[in-house]
Amino acid sequence: MAASAAPGGPRNETNPEWGGFEENIQGGGSAVIDMENMDDTSGSSFEDMGELHQRLREEEVDADAAAAEEEDGEFLGMKGFKGQLSRQVADQMWQAGKRQASRAFSLYANIDILRPYFDVEPAQVRSRLLESMIPIKMVNFPQKIAGELYGPLMLVFTLVAILLHGMKTSDTIIREGTLMGTAIGTCFGYWLGVSSFIYFLAYLCNAQITMLQMLALLGYGLFGHCIVLFITYNIHLHALFYLFWLLVGGLSTLRMVAVLVSRTVGPTQRLLLCGTLAALHMLFLLYLHFAYHKVVEGILDTLEGPNIPPMQRVPRDIPAVLPAARLSTTMLNSTAKVVAVTLQSH
Amino acid sequence: MAEATESAGDGGAASPRPLFAGLSDITISQDIPIEGEITIPMRSRIREFDSSTLNESVQNTIMRDLKAVGKKFMHVLYPRKSNTLLRDWDLWGPLFLCVILALMLQRDAVDSEKYGGPQFAEVFVTLWFGAVTITLNSKLLGGNISVFQSLCVLGYCILPLTVAMLICRLVLLVELGPVNFLVRLLVVILMFAWSVVASTAFLADSQPPNRKTLAVYPVCLFYFVISWMVLTFTPQ
Repeated sequence: MAASAAPGGPRNETNPEWGGFEENIQGGGSAVIDMENMDDTSGSSFEDMGELHQRLREEEVDADAAAAEEEDGEFLGMKGFKGQLSRQVADQMWQAGKRQASRAFSLYANIDILRPYFDVEPAQVRSRLLESMIPIKMVNFPQKIAGELYGPLMLVFTLVAILLHGMKTSDTIIREGTLMGTAIGTCFGYWLGVSSFIYFLAYLCNAQITMLQMLALLGYGLFGHCIVLFITYNIHLHALFYLFWLLVGGLSTLRMVAVLVSRTVGPTQRLLLCGTLAALHMLFLLYLHFAYHKVVEGILDTLEGPNIPPMQRVPRDIPAVLPAARLSTTMLNSTAKVVAVTLQSH
Repeated sequence: MAEATESAGDGGAASPRPLFAGLSDITISQDIPIEGEITIPMRSRIREFDSSTLNESVQNTIMRDLKAVGKKFMHVLYPRKSNTLLRDWDLWGPLFLCVILALMLQRDAVDSEKYGGPQFAEVFVTLWFGAVTITLNSKLLGGNISVFQSLCVLGYCILPLTVAMLICRLVLLVELGPVNFLVRLLVVILMFAWSVVASTAFLADSQPPNRKTLAVYPVCLFYFVISWMVLTFTPQ
């Protein structure tokens, strides 16, 4: 061992374990990024920045390890076997310590890794919010999706607050203990669940979209929901809700559908992907409205009735049949009214 | 001193073989014990300081901490450009406020089974979860503020809303009605604005100037949810 460890000699022969350490360190560094970036068509710089950041750090680690080992090589050549052994043990200790430290650092640096996705200006967020309501009819070329998480996250939190607001206005009969949890669970569950489901479908249908883009797309799609729910929780008018549901919710859904269509090839795949997304998105708005709005009406009904004790209802317990059944009749009514009004005005 | 003798021995062994470039650094490190002796008086002084706080009566210690907390309350009530809230952060004030608010928001034990008002745990978790979320958001946006500083500021700025809750409970003792509701609404809106203004006065400087809006928005949302809880509270 001592003879082969000439200064400047090949380092890997001297100590093969160190190569292992080096690989370990690299593995630790590369395990940090979770957001993949297989898409070149997005044109957004955030993904590139994340990748660049990670690559830079790996290079730094490499350079450090190389420098340390060069020093070791010189040292080992001059000293005796005993010194080399102690040095080697010390080095292994040092490497292990360094590995642990780098792991701890990479845990903390997860925040830094996420930071590029939050790198936005207020003007950008504003324009993206507006754009989420404007469908673009461009099918031949894949449309851009900004891979950013600030807007979606804030919209989800806003939706949580609006849901809480809606639940609170529907009096206190709902169990409050589940109220906050229900709101957060519903919103985050929808956002993350539907995003991953559509991402899975997109993978099956060979659509060109990443998980990050899916999260951003669906997150900004919730802007329409926020507007509609905020208005209709305060103004209890069914015709108004259906109008908003079709107009605002429809616009934001159309926007998402247009983006997905432009990134998918083949009519069957397009139909499957977009049909699922559109149905889920529109039905979610209906669910949110009726699950927490019908409660008010139910309470009003029971209060008006003679001495019937108000039923204790958890918002989730409301059967889906009720809104659906009422929907068909009221929707027909409202559309008939709208048609009548338009006829009268002409 | 043991280190010094060891390193001196190494230096002696190294001197016949001057080829070692690495060991010459070790001889330089002999200076360290001298530095250490220089720092010793400082340490003893610190020890004296420590022993002085150990020897003081419990009353003095508590009073000093209470004064610090009270001073921070004054900073929140009269927000001005100052770093006191940021520099010596503590979580005592937020804890007090949080517990008081949660206790006041909790309905009477008998009714809580039946009507299920906002429970203590719900309010408590909402407050801390919200504060942590805002802090994470401000860190992600690139703000140069530590986690506990942000938690401290957000927690202390609940004070106006706690006052609003107190006023609301007092107002609710009088008979209910639209006037009663209007009074509560006005109080809550005023205190909500106060909370937001106070917290942004402390937090906005830590953000890059072009992103203040992005950092302030979740703060508004957070205080909005709390004030909504305060406003909708009615004892059964």
